[in-house]
Amino acid sequence: MSDAISEKAGTGFSSGNAPESLPILQLKDVKTDIYQYHILHGVSFEVPRGGVTMLLGRNGAGKTTTLRTIMGLWKPHAGEILLDGAHINGLTPAQIARRGIGFVPEDMGIFSDLSVEENIRLAALSGQPIPERLEWIFGAFPALRTFWKSPAGTLSGGQKQMLSVARAVVEDRELYLIDEPSKGLAPAIVATLAKALKDLKNRGATILMVEQNFSLARALGDHVVVMDDGRIVWTGAMAELSADTALQERLMGLKMEHA
Amino acid sequence: MSESAPTHAPKMATLSLSDRLKPWLPLLLVPALIVLGYFAIDSTSSWLTLTVSGLAMGMMIFVIASGMTLVFGLMDVINFGHGAFISFGAFVGTSVLLALGTMTGAPSLMLNLLAIAAAVLAAMIVTGVMGLAFERVIVRPVYGSHLKQILVTMGGLIVAEQLIYVIWGGHEIVIARPETLKGAITFAGAALEKYRLLAVGVGLVVFLALRAVMRRTKIGLIVRAGVENPEMVQALGYNITRVFVGVFIAGSALAGLGGVMWALYQEIITAHMGNEIMILVFIVVIIGGLGSVEGCFIGALTVGLVQNYAAFLEPKLALISNIALMVAILMWRPMGMVPVIKAK
Amino acid sequence: MNRLLSGDTPKSIVLSVLLAVIVIALAFAPFLFPGSRSLETAARICIFIVLVASYDLLLGYGGIVSFAHTMFFGIGAYGVAITIDRLGTGYGALALGALIGLAVSGVIALLIALLSLRVRAIFFAMITLAIASAVAVLVSQLSGFTGGEDGMNIRIPRELTPANRLGEVFGTRITGKTLNYYLVFGGSLFLFLVMLRIVNSPFGRVLQSIRENAFRAEAIGYRVVYYRALATCLSAMVAALAGSLFAIWLRYVGPATTLGMEIMLDILLMVVIGGMGTMYGAVVGTAIFVLAQNYLKELMGGLSEATASLPVLPELLSPDRWLLWLGVLFILSVYFFPTGIVGRLRGTR
Repeated sequence: MSDAISEKAGTGFSSGNAPESLPILQLKDVKTDIYQYHILHGVSFEVPRGGVTMLLGRNGAGKTTTLRTIMGLWKPHAGEILLDGAHINGLTPAQIARRGIGFVPEDMGIFSDLSVEENIRLAALSGQPIPERLEWIFGAFPALRTFWKSPAGTLSGGQKQMLSVARAVVEDRELYLIDEPSKGLAPAIVATLAKALKDLKNRGATILMVEQNFSLARALGDHVVVMDDGRIVWTGAMAELSADTALQERLMGLKMEHA
Repeated sequence: MSESAPTHAPKMATLSLSDRLKPWLPLLLVPALIVLGYFAIDSTSSWLTLTVSGLAMGMMIFVIASGMTLVFGLMDVINFGHGAFISFGAFVGTSVLLALGTMTGAPSLMLNLLAIAAAVLAAMIVTGVMGLAFERVIVRPVYGSHLKQILVTMGGLIVAEQLIYVIWGGHEIVIARPETLKGAITFAGAALEKYRLLAVGVGLVVFLALRAVMRRTKIGLIVRAGVENPEMVQALGYNITRVFVGVFIAGSALAGLGGVMWALYQEIITAHMGNEIMILVFIVVIIGGLGSVEGCFIGALTVGLVQNYAAFLEPKLALISNIALMVAILMWRPMGMVPVIKAK
Repeated sequence: MNRLLSGDTPKSIVLSVLLAVIVIALAFAPFLFPGSRSLETAARICIFIVLVASYDLLLGYGGIVSFAHTMFFGIGAYGVAITIDRLGTGYGALALGALIGLAVSGVIALLIALLSLRVRAIFFAMITLAIASAVAVLVSQLSGFTGGEDGMNIRIPRELTPANRLGEVFGTRITGKTLNYYLVFGGSLFLFLVMLRIVNSPFGRVLQSIRENAFRAEAIGYRVVYYRALATCLSAMVAALAGSLFAIWLRYVGPATTLGMEIMLDILLMVVIGGMGTMYGAVVGTAIFVLAQNYLKELMGGLSEATASLPVLPELLSPDRWLLWLGVLFILSVYFFPTGIVGRLRGTR
């Protein structure tokens, strides 16, 4: 594990050299309950290696629950989850993270009592963050360099989101799970984040991302998985979805804003 | 949740001076209290003696309470059985000291300190192992339910206390301080007991060491992050349960250390001493802010000082004074002096 | 009958029989079990049923752990003792004392509740423990007011004392003591039925939904703090009345009999063994516990002597170590038996 990390350490976000045919992530008929509520009613989809897969759907469709289930933060009571062909359901979140998943949760999960630097250092499982990667982070999010020693709790909402993304990418991961990074942020900040994520993608990273902002989703996404009421209702290429307004309306039940 | 709400305005630069000072206000409480004591107590020498005594007591309570507050902060586990570790530590330490009578009786500071070190080591090992057992057997099955935690750890406390009766008998044990730590030194006309000065020193070392671990090491980072958001620490790849067990063991061992310190402070130990101290510990962790080591430190010193000043000024009100202190602080800051931010 | 029980019937044949046996035994205790010692035990059971049930109102229905319940019990007892001490013997002074105890308990409970419950329910356990311990110390120190460690004797009206001889019924001598017992029995029965009514009222149901999920209850629009504070006050006031009854029955109050931590632990054990959140659990738990306390200690003494030649065992089995085994029993019942005897009999988990 640690060998794999150090081997790939560098500025390039390569995602291994496994056969191209094997999807990085597979969900097969995953069912998750939260307390007494059934949230996921059998979710099956695949995330191909490389590129950005967008997980879309209206509020309450189960997108966040899907990400949390992959991460092991909710335990599915049925179904299989495979990362790189190996089962990860039943593992603890810590074990799953160490299998190579970087996670940006919906609420950003910033440790506000820790400084920006400490937040980043904690995310570097191999010890210290790699200088080249830090340079990339500072290049993408200059604010983090400015507030490097400040408590993360004093950052603005947008800066916290940048920190959350930076924390996930501080080392190479097989897969990044990013939950609605644009939520509640000003357009200028969303643009900064979009640019960074695009760069991440161009360097070969694999991302599974939940996004409500369709123009952002269209700009970044290669593949699309649409959920409704705890099920997958459509999968396909982003090009196909973005070209077909009627399909968008049928799938997500609302007119998408077109930038 | 509120932490994630979009906040646009607050940036470092826009914080006003009073906003910036606010988190540090509690820090001023201890010196303020000492100054207040100076004016309330006519005799400067009595004031000095009481201040040292209060600080010594506060330091011991801090050593005991620090583990408990961290255990709560990290896993939301409230351990009402923490007092058992104090009593066990005191009894184990006292047994060792009594067995090393030749070393404690010798007029050599070196030998005396060695004997105390041996007693402390034995007490910390025993209470550390007890802590492990306690976590596994008593606490682990009731994660997530405060009600059951309180009941079950209370039951654990009863059992542990009864075991002291079984092992050491029901009598209180008198334990004299080692030879060179008896008596007092005179400073500015005030008699300062040597042992109390030592207790202040030990407490300070524990506090600084704990602070260094929390600030400088990866384990410290994980613990601090875990207090705020254990789930995210897990999602970053750290096994929080294992860290928690470590903290629980360390906290129990510190309570054992506190027990030995307290035994030599009072020079007498009983099976229910842990219970009596726990009342002060609860007050300290509540006013300090559950989960905060710094708050615990300030709270412990405050309680120690108030207890000693009040006992001098109006003996019957010593215990009530701390209740009053708790009420006052909770009215001022309902979450304690150093409130701990929780993600959920 | 159904109305008397507020529609909350035992819902189990075995439990119904058990309850009927206990109630009948207590109702006719002076005739069924002559002798002052058994009457003491019966009165003790009556009063503790009320005390334990009032604790269950807080713990079982409200999900709040308090360690100050004996403090309220003590306030009720001392209220009667001190009032009679000051005003002299009389029914008026008795009633006034009980009323004062009731009022003081209610106010203190409200203050503690407002101070601690508005932040976290868990503060309540710690704060009550600290306050109750401080009050216990204070009571033993303020000897001029409370009689200190020695406690106070209470001169109750002569009609309620053994000196008042009233003749014989079924071969049992009836004295003022018998009347006093029925005062205790009647008072306890009344208070128990009142509490049964409270927990089955809309208020009781809201309280339970708060216990299950405080966030949801708050979201639906219930003021969680308000309900919890009210439960705390009610529970404390009933405990104070039980304390007043206890003082009248014993004609004595002292720190050890009303304020001690041991009594607090007994109450906890009785609630858990009987079954939290059931009310009837208080009846069953108290009866079984008080009886077991008498007999188990004897059994342990016998076992301890029988194993005298073995190492450690006699120490562990000595009647003085009764709390050790209670502690173990307590932990095991919380793990494996969280709904207690009543929960088991009703067939719920």
